[in-house]
Amino acid sequence: MINTLIGDIGHASVIVAFIAAIVSSYAYFMASRTSVEVSGDTSWRKLARGAFYVHGLAVISIIFCLFNIIYEHRYEYYYAWSHSSNHLPVYYMISCFWEGQEGSFLLWIFWHVLLGVALINFGKKNKVWEAPVMAMFSFVQLFLTSMILGVVIGDFKLGSSPFILMRDFMTDAPVFKMDPNFIPKDGTGLNPLLQNYWMVIHPPTLFLGFAATLVPFAFAMAGLWKGRLTEWVKPALPWSHFAAVVLGIGTVMGAYWAYETLNFGGYWNWDPVENAVYIPWLVLVGAVHTMVVYRRSKHGLRASYVLVIASFLLILYATFLTRSGILGNASVHSFTDLGLSGQLFAYLAVFAVLAITLLVYNWRKIPATEKELSTYNGEFWAFVGSAVLCLAAFQVLATTSIPVYNSFLGFIGIESNAALPADQIAHYTKFQLWAGVGIALLSGIAQLLWWRKGDKNSFIDAITIPAMLTLLLSSLIIIVSNKFDVFNFKLDNPAYIVLLVTSLFAIFSNLSITLGLISKKVTLSGGAVSHIGVAMMLIGILFSSGYSTIISQNTSGMLYSREFPDEINRDNVLLWRNSPTQMGKYDVSYRGQFFEVKGVPGYINKEILFRTADEYQAIARADIKVGDKAYYTTGDTLEILSPENTYYEVEYKEREGDNTFLLYPRAQLNENMGGLLASPDLQHFADKDLYTHVSGVAPEEKEWGELKEYEVSAGDTIILNDYVAVFNGIEVINKVPGVELNPGDVAVQADMKLLGEKKSYHAHPVLMIKDQMMGRFPETIEDLGLRITFLNIDTENNRFKIGVNSTQKDWIILKAMEKPFVNILWIGTIIMSIGFVMAIIRRSQEGETNKSVTPKPKKARKVQAA
Amino acid sequence: MKKSHIIGILVIAVAIVIIMTTAGDASTYVSFGEAIERAQEGNATKVHVVGRLKKDPQGHIVGMNYNPVVDPNYFTFTLVDTNRFEQRVIYYNPKPQDFERSEQVVITGNMQNDVFVADKILLKCPSKYVEKDIQQNTASL
Repeated sequence: MINTLIGDIGHASVIVAFIAAIVSSYAYFMASRTSVEVSGDTSWRKLARGAFYVHGLAVISIIFCLFNIIYEHRYEYYYAWSHSSNHLPVYYMISCFWEGQEGSFLLWIFWHVLLGVALINFGKKNKVWEAPVMAMFSFVQLFLTSMILGVVIGDFKLGSSPFILMRDFMTDAPVFKMDPNFIPKDGTGLNPLLQNYWMVIHPPTLFLGFAATLVPFAFAMAGLWKGRLTEWVKPALPWSHFAAVVLGIGTVMGAYWAYETLNFGGYWNWDPVENAVYIPWLVLVGAVHTMVVYRRSKHGLRASYVLVIASFLLILYATFLTRSGILGNASVHSFTDLGLSGQLFAYLAVFAVLAITLLVYNWRKIPATEKELSTYNGEFWAFVGSAVLCLAAFQVLATTSIPVYNSFLGFIGIESNAALPADQIAHYTKFQLWAGVGIALLSGIAQLLWWRKGDKNSFIDAITIPAMLTLLLSSLIIIVSNKFDVFNFKLDNPAYIVLLVTSLFAIFSNLSITLGLISKKVTLSGGAVSHIGVAMMLIGILFSSGYSTIISQNTSGMLYSREFPDEINRDNVLLWRNSPTQMGKYDVSYRGQFFEVKGVPGYINKEILFRTADEYQAIARADIKVGDKAYYTTGDTLEILSPENTYYEVEYKEREGDNTFLLYPRAQLNENMGGLLASPDLQHFADKDLYTHVSGVAPEEKEWGELKEYEVSAGDTIILNDYVAVFNGIEVINKVPGVELNPGDVAVQADMKLLGEKKSYHAHPVLMIKDQMMGRFPETIEDLGLRITFLNIDTENNRFKIGVNSTQKDWIILKAMEKPFVNILWIGTIIMSIGFVMAIIRRSQEGETNKSVTPKPKKARKVQAA
Repeated sequence: MKKSHIIGILVIAVAIVIIMTTAGDASTYVSFGEAIERAQEGNATKVHVVGRLKKDPQGHIVGMNYNPVVDPNYFTFTLVDTNRFEQRVIYYNPKPQDFERSEQVVITGNMQNDVFVADKILLKCPSKYVEKDIQQNTASL
């Protein structure tokens, strides 16, 4: 029966949330008026607060309803049908929740609610900010809830509701004309690439980062609006740190997911969807720097305004880019276009106009210091660093927006056919690499100057040791990599050398600062620690991307065409099953297809699983053991975790040395998603990752050769397809997997032994007589490309007839590459985050104590460097 | 001159360089005819071409060749661009698995010796992310 109640509750909650957001923003607006503030009248504020809490409860109710629809498999709802399926485990149901646009909007709304509640309650001491800041919050919520409102007035559709029923979504589907109460039995499932644990935590983190950028923005807007042009920086500063670190972690999580799950051979593809988060993050980090500079020296307030506002508007722009469908051909993984582009554009435009108007109107009033910063001021170089960050962001923005230019020019009637650069990596690298150099260099210099007296001599004192260590270590790395065979790359590219040297300099100089500060007050060194992290990330990116080497070069010498023999990299190798192929320093062999079985660690060979009509169930044809522990015995029914995921066992064996390991790259044959979706498997070493994925598999439907018949008796030896086979005899069996034997039915199996290249195989083709009918279960030995059928028994002469088909052996096409020192990138990310958290603690303590404006730089300046 | 002014000028200068480079690096969507003209002029820049696979009247794809057993890194096909111009394309990579199902193909590359050498293929498939097809479910009615 169709359950319309839950959807109605959900939809009603959306409407309540929307109206409460209107009430709350209006009431907070009224509460923010100077006359109300002066009179001490709190009634508007009470109303506004109440409305915001009602809004929050309504949002939680929406989330509950939507999750219930997914969790209970209510496929009468389009959202459940299109994003989930019966076999999905609970943790992936959570990812279903935000696979769709509506759910991800909901996630974003939810974080705003939590942050809003936090601001209302934590800011108790300083009530002046609540009303204007929360007015901004509620106003944003008004726009966001309108996206999932799903209200149609005449031809005008406002928002897209996640609670739409199948029959209302597919009004043309004939099945609903026949039976309006039809409920599909199963959903179409979650995009298999998203069935990954990172997809459970990456989107919430990213959207928390999105949501957190609203806080500094709301403070900046409140400052402009209420004329508190300087005071907003202090309460906003820990929040902007928070937003920067969460957005940074969220982005890297997404990169790691891509590295692990997608097969473009890395963690960053310069896809517009990735860029759309990278751009605001860079600007936000720039804003953090100018705000810190302002807190210390009263310089850079205007820049802080501009960057805080820009980072929020860029988040909205990112939302517009990825959700409006404007990217079209340019992105492989943007959201489905829900026809919200008008609303998204309005959201962006309203806040852009509002923020820019307020800023321009107040520009002259924003205090700016006329005094120049000297070259020996850390603030000066931090400021330059922000400029570099913004330029880096601008460069990515300029290119990512190419599809927008096309649309815009098309809109005003000019035809434009500009496309993204053909070689995006080269295009972005030629700027981003130098931005990295600039950031590394400046972070070292600025930090050294920041914590020292601002004069030449003490700076030279401070820089000497880090500079010496840098030169020492970088020359060592350069010499070792070029002259000795320690790494599998030669560091001889001048640009890469510059990046390495500057990054090492950043590490050593920030390390010397950290060591100096750590005995004074740990949280003071947050900046230095996060700069060490950033420099490590740069080094990790430099080696893992700059020196990523493909080891699956086609060395067979067999080439289809020699039209362009020298220029083309032939990066994929075909591996026949069980035939080792040389690849780099390894002998690589493909060893078979595997499944994941519920409750059993690792992977189980398909050959010992007898598939049943239910594709999620199989019967064990042998005992399943891992180590000493037996999980299933022959004949047990077991559950396959995901029948569309096949794991291809690939063995790597070092030719010199005994090191052997197995990798299981995955491929999904999925009709809905269009063919083969390959995910890599990684072997982690201390100094590199070995990254392997299949780029093609043999067709599942095999072409079998003609049936060849053999008459044998027990003990005979025959040659099948060049393999020696021994026919040991037959035995009567009581159980046939997947078949119920009744009294009077007989089943016998042949016992054959085949000698393969590496091991011997047992084949047990079954012949049975059930209900007077002959039934045969052939046995396929994939490794040998043989299918053996037990055809008949001649009981009088004790001779048996078997039939053999042979086929081409199974194969896969493999691509493998080495990514040197990719670990440094991930470790650097963690260190950067730790540094940010230290800075958040420090900045929020400052906010509470409310004492000195300049945070104890005098003490710190005495600190000796390393 | 104040230091902040110098920095401002530098920032603007770099921004201009960025815009110029972006304009220079941006590729364009062209037809095969134009790709051939470019190659004849000695212009080896890579372009985007949008087209469809060549099909016979029965709807079977023609002119496609991929034999992984001989060479897994060699895939050729015939693409018909929007001007109905047919061009043989070589892709030195395995064949994308859902290739036959694609409605539209976008390739990036350039003309070399009468063939278009593609180094990137982007497929536009019907209902890749949007599933509006309820057929498989109705079968269970």
